[in-house]
Amino acid sequence: MEPDAIHLSRREALIKLLRVAGAGAGAAGLGVWLSQHSWRPEPTLALAAKRGHTIPADLAFPEMAVITGDDPAELARQAVEALGGIRRFIARGDVVLVKPNIGWDRTPEQAANTNPDVVAEIVRQCSNAGAKRVIVTDVSCNDPRRCFQRSGIAEAAQRVGAEVRLPDPAMFKEVDLQGEILRAWPVLDLFLNVDKIINIPIAKHHSLTGTTLGMKNWYGMLGGPRHQLHQKIHESLVDLADFVRPTLTIIDCYRILIRNGPTGGNLQDVLLKKTLVAGTDPVALDAYVAKAYWNLEASSLPYLKMAVNRGLGTYEFEKVRTRIKTL
Amino acid sequence: MRFPKPTKLRTFSQIFFFLLFLFLLLRTEFRGSLTASTSEIRLPYPVSLFFRFDPLVAISNALSSHGLYRGLLWSLVVLIPTMFLGRFFCGWICPLGSAHHFFSSFKSERKRGKQLIDSNRYKRWQTTKYYLLIASLVATVLGSGIIGWLDPFSLLVRSVGLSILPATDYSLRAALGVLEHSRYASVQTVGSILHFILGALLLGFKQPYFRSGIWLGLIFVFLIVLNFRITRFWCRAICPLGALLGLVSRWSVLGLVKNPEHCNDCNRCLLRCQGGDDPIGGVSWHQPECHLCMNCVDECPEHGLRFQFFPAQKTVGTSLQRRKVLTGLAAGVAVVPLMRSTPGFATERYERLLRPPGALDEEYFLSRCIRCGECMKVCPNNALHPAFSEAGIEGLWTPVLVPRIGYCETSCVLCSQACPTGAIWEITAKEKGWSADVGPADKPVRLGTAFYDRGRCLPWAMATDCIVCEEWCPTSPKAIYLRPAELIDAAGNAKEVKQPYLDPSRCVGCGACEYACPVQDRPAVYVTSVGESRSRTNQILLNRRKG
Repeated sequence: MEPDAIHLSRREALIKLLRVAGAGAGAAGLGVWLSQHSWRPEPTLALAAKRGHTIPADLAFPEMAVITGDDPAELARQAVEALGGIRRFIARGDVVLVKPNIGWDRTPEQAANTNPDVVAEIVRQCSNAGAKRVIVTDVSCNDPRRCFQRSGIAEAAQRVGAEVRLPDPAMFKEVDLQGEILRAWPVLDLFLNVDKIINIPIAKHHSLTGTTLGMKNWYGMLGGPRHQLHQKIHESLVDLADFVRPTLTIIDCYRILIRNGPTGGNLQDVLLKKTLVAGTDPVALDAYVAKAYWNLEASSLPYLKMAVNRGLGTYEFEKVRTRIKTL
Repeated sequence: MRFPKPTKLRTFSQIFFFLLFLFLLLRTEFRGSLTASTSEIRLPYPVSLFFRFDPLVAISNALSSHGLYRGLLWSLVVLIPTMFLGRFFCGWICPLGSAHHFFSSFKSERKRGKQLIDSNRYKRWQTTKYYLLIASLVATVLGSGIIGWLDPFSLLVRSVGLSILPATDYSLRAALGVLEHSRYASVQTVGSILHFILGALLLGFKQPYFRSGIWLGLIFVFLIVLNFRITRFWCRAICPLGALLGLVSRWSVLGLVKNPEHCNDCNRCLLRCQGGDDPIGGVSWHQPECHLCMNCVDECPEHGLRFQFFPAQKTVGTSLQRRKVLTGLAAGVAVVPLMRSTPGFATERYERLLRPPGALDEEYFLSRCIRCGECMKVCPNNALHPAFSEAGIEGLWTPVLVPRIGYCETSCVLCSQACPTGAIWEITAKEKGWSADVGPADKPVRLGTAFYDRGRCLPWAMATDCIVCEEWCPTSPKAIYLRPAELIDAAGNAKEVKQPYLDPSRCVGCGACEYACPVQDRPAVYVTSVGESRSRTNQILLNRRKG
């Protein structure tokens, strides 16, 4: 007998065969199963997350309030009061998102970002009205750490209890904006599941549209190649405003940037107007501020007309119930 | 109370300084604050602390600048005790040394038993580091800071900060992403909690990327892996700081005393010897190679070894061969002119060589920059990257601004705060003069000048509205201005668009326009270095109008 020969019993041989057969069948099964699951990769479907945040119209209250005075916080208080008080807008338990303009690495005096005192006052009012969470966020253009800090907004808002959230690349979700030209687009997820949205832009000069006001502020919820939106800026503005439909808009005209917007930088570009324009009709607000501070007629801002056609409001601000008050 | 064993103390010291180093490196980042007010932003920690205590950096700075940049005087705190005690710094403090120490403690196929003992005997090639030190110091005298390629802290910050940490960031974020996008709410919660903890400890504000990062990482891994063959190969053979400390420890009064009666040639003192300095009986102790790790004292079963002040025993100093010293000198003398024999340095500078704000003129910059990567690590926009060929061979791993990846933030001067050598001279946001918090500066720091590629620019080439570059331009008045133009679009319709132009007298070269340009791959507006304020020659305009 050969020393290396192995004695293989029938039983062992059978087990060996079964093992091989099992492995073969497994491989074949897995292969067939996988071959049925091969398809060309498609990007994930955009979320249908559109929801309005408006409140019902109430004839008892004005639709627009123009308040002028020295203290920005007091102006914010009076503006909300004139429109019917914060409880008209915020219900107990609401999750509220406050969207200031925190786009640029500038200080409040340079008027490139919303006045921090106004933001803080609105946050405080929302909390007093019983809001469950008040989130303050923006997708800045410059480095968000610098923008949030140097604008003074992060400090002012968190001091009164807001949840200040810096945008993070992982926080964007692909959303179907259901617009006429804007469809799938990455949106900061904080904007998607809130009950109320309060828009607090600052009025600034802008070379393409003449001025950047309330509706332009919605660029600040987008990620992705948002610089391409300028190619069809009017259509984009309306699509975004239609997507958001905010509860309340407060245009900060305490300091306005009249030249070299939207970044500014030079204090000589800033005018002190000490005014807040607040209201529930974002179109009328933009039309009013454009006329009041830039002397721009609605006809020179095509997006206003498009917004009217989309049912977002009216640009005939003269016909809107308005409360004008100087403190 | 019994005094703890010196080796225990040493391990404690090594861990402490390594963690301190890691902490400072992780904090070499502006993390933003929700509570700070609007004032000027500074880094809360002295992030380049280790460089200030690095005598090699101090000496190279003194040789190249004939002065000593802020804080570098602290290096005497290391240098002078070394003269008395020897290379305690290598064994007790140096974080790179500690990393090598840690990885050397693993045995390998080629490094165990008798081989391990043999590999820990003094070798002639350990003197290589002295010749490298001589060559690089000579190069420094001749105006090239290439010593930073080999300086241990430069190496460590560059490798870990620009490659290992970004890779860690990437993998942690990938893992967290899986958890946070899980189908199950409980897993998502775990993911968010982990994200919060890791965010506070380890993760940067956002995922950083660095050009050439892979090579920096591979070099580092290679140096670490060498320890599996030869204990602390880097420290024994290459480290120029170790060499410098070895040289100055020549007159050290602390020494190893070997008691020959106690030695029975068991070789155990060689088992864990870090420096390869022959603590074994029968041969002379190589004082400049010893890291004072104390392992030999610990290991000797007969208690025949101890460290003592004013030892009455012969030791061997650094025995350099005259011929090799001369070779080192000659190499140092030759390398700088050779690197500069290409036109890049003097006459044909690469046009995209944008240096950080505050950087000195190229000649001074190259002599002071130690290629450590602190500026790149701290840049909030991930705009600074280690140069590969942009600045010539000599400028390998010096910082270069890549606006497509990140522009220079208007009021930010963090790179100038982090720079340990003054290659980027410390400036304030006011001196930078881009953000007019305090009224317009009349002489802003300029990094270069923007130019348009009209063939790719939407309003110029495609009759399409854009103006994003003008929107982002941070100067006031803006360097980018618009003029309306009547164009006929592809369908034959008349159309008015605003076309951008650039005023070079206002442009500061920050690169925001290039960064923001919606033409994704190759932008229609780009910055080149011409007009950079640090250079007197690299200019366009005869009289650059004051801001």
